[in-house]
Amino acid sequence: MRRGAEISLALLGVAGVLAAAWAAPWLRFVLTIALAKGIAVLGILLLLRAGQVSFGHALYLSSGAYVVAFLAPSLPEALLLLPLAALIAGLIGLVAGLFLARYRDIFFGMLNLAISMVFYSLLEKLYELTRGTDGIRVEPPRVAGLALTLEAYVWAMLLVALVLAVGFGMLVRAYLASPMGQALAGIKTRETRLEFMGVSARRVLLAAYVLSALMGGVAGAIVGMTTRHVTPLLAYWTTSGELVFIAILGGAGGALGPFLGAVTYELVRVYAAAAFAEAWQAILGVVLLLVILFAPGGLWGMLLGLLGRRPGRAP
Amino acid sequence: MAGWLEQNALLLGLALLDGLAYAALVFMVAVGLNMVFGVLRIINIAHGSLFAIGGYAAASLGLFLAARGLPDWTGYVALVLAAALVGGILGPVIERGVLRRIYGHEQVLQLLVTFALFMILEDAQKLIWGVQPVSNDAPLRLLGTVDVPFGEDVIPFTAYQLFVLPGVALATLVGLAWFLRRTLTGRVIVAVTTDREAATAMGIDARRVFLLTFTFGAGLAALGGALASPTTTLVPGLGAATIVLSFAVVATAGLGQIEGAAISALLIGIGRSAAVYLAPEFEVVVPYLIMVAVLLVRPQGLFGVVETRRV
Repeated sequence: MRRGAEISLALLGVAGVLAAAWAAPWLRFVLTIALAKGIAVLGILLLLRAGQVSFGHALYLSSGAYVVAFLAPSLPEALLLLPLAALIAGLIGLVAGLFLARYRDIFFGMLNLAISMVFYSLLEKLYELTRGTDGIRVEPPRVAGLALTLEAYVWAMLLVALVLAVGFGMLVRAYLASPMGQALAGIKTRETRLEFMGVSARRVLLAAYVLSALMGGVAGAIVGMTTRHVTPLLAYWTTSGELVFIAILGGAGGALGPFLGAVTYELVRVYAAAAFAEAWQAILGVVLLLVILFAPGGLWGMLLGLLGRRPGRAP
Repeated sequence: MAGWLEQNALLLGLALLDGLAYAALVFMVAVGLNMVFGVLRIINIAHGSLFAIGGYAAASLGLFLAARGLPDWTGYVALVLAAALVGGILGPVIERGVLRRIYGHEQVLQLLVTFALFMILEDAQKLIWGVQPVSNDAPLRLLGTVDVPFGEDVIPFTAYQLFVLPGVALATLVGLAWFLRRTLTGRVIVAVTTDREAATAMGIDARRVFLLTFTFGAGLAALGGALASPTTTLVPGLGAATIVLSFAVVATAGLGQIEGAAISALLIGIGRSAAVYLAPEFEVVVPYLIMVAVLLVRPQGLFGVVETRRV
């Protein structure tokens, strides 16, 4: 897709988010969460480009959120908590990635799931530290040194999420176009050939993995500061499933897909999740099956199809 | 060290017995997961849900029969019957309805599809049985306990966990080895596992083998769940915990290894129950520590064979 067209679509999206948030106050919260999840899904998209899927990225989302929960009392400044969450999630990603980047396909997906499940049960069981399933309440931190009223704080979080979403969207777009991003696609097609060219597939995947963990941490920090209540549920497999779901729903073809998917998902969830609370995962599962089998390009692919362009690449 | 051992000998003995019973259950799930992978080349993430649903179905059926005033021994029939029903219905539905469409697709797609199935089954289970714990320990109580001599002490342990669970697992292991090596159907399955194209060229109907294997694997998972149901209370989330644990067993053993799965199930089962007694907070971590330790030294698993790289 032409660069100009993608930029105008992105600008249209930003304007749409701001207009919707201005018109309907309750949407501010929903859109902030959607943008945060979109940032985390960008990480899933990077890995999908290498043909890998992680069923455990809730680990990074929740570590970002817990960094906020643990540090907010002593360091109540949103603009410091965000990079710290990114740094710590990135470090966890580096340690896990050194092990995980050796594996592909089934092993990669399942080992990610296993690590996140371990993290979840530690969060749940180490009650002294994490207060178990009760979770930790987060007081609204200052933003850029200012103690804001609640309404201004909600706006500030939305703007922070929006700026970060645009920033990380552009970063991922540039990353995918760079040699490192091209090598990711090489892992998917035929890894051995990559190695013959002197490129270490392991390092390529590790770099993408650490970046995805870092973005997961940022997303988690935004979620933690917005919901202001951090529980182990953020680390449960259902959260990872949600991220994968959004990635496939949005379409893995371009950096706008995750946000398209995330906003659609969160809006539908607000209306539908209450009505179908018991069957919510099942509905997600059915939609996931339908998208995979019948619309592999996701929403982004459909949009491109409508605009008469080449559909995005399937995951 | 010696003093510590003496003090904790009883605990270790209990952990050993518990671990054996637990390993038997884990093996039942892992071996099905492994067989299905061997033939279909798909890791079924919904496999753990089949275990959970088998458990729920068995508990419900058992309670239902008991409420009708049928004799106690029908509780054991209920276990097997429930497993057969779950495997016999869900197996073909999943294989014919969904998996058949994605054979030969990219692995990432296959993983996503079975993950979607997992999401659906987890909720289906919650819709049918609710989120309240379900339990029926009649089959456990009926057999009473046995005093296991351990040094100077005796450990009272339920006969069900001591004999029935390891017994069934052992019978499954031996039966499966016999079935795969000595019967025609078994050899056909092995043939399809080794080289699907050559097997098809010899006139084997691979699609039938796929259906048969998947249904059988689903039945084994459900049987594992049914056998587990008297020893535990069933709660939501059991399916997720089971799939990651049985994957850990399969990965430790090496994908596609059946006898190896038995050994790594023992290793992980005993390791986990030792943690239950000695460091309960870290119970969930131990199986994965074992797995990671093995994979770091042998990436293909304890008994796995290195696959040749494609160029």
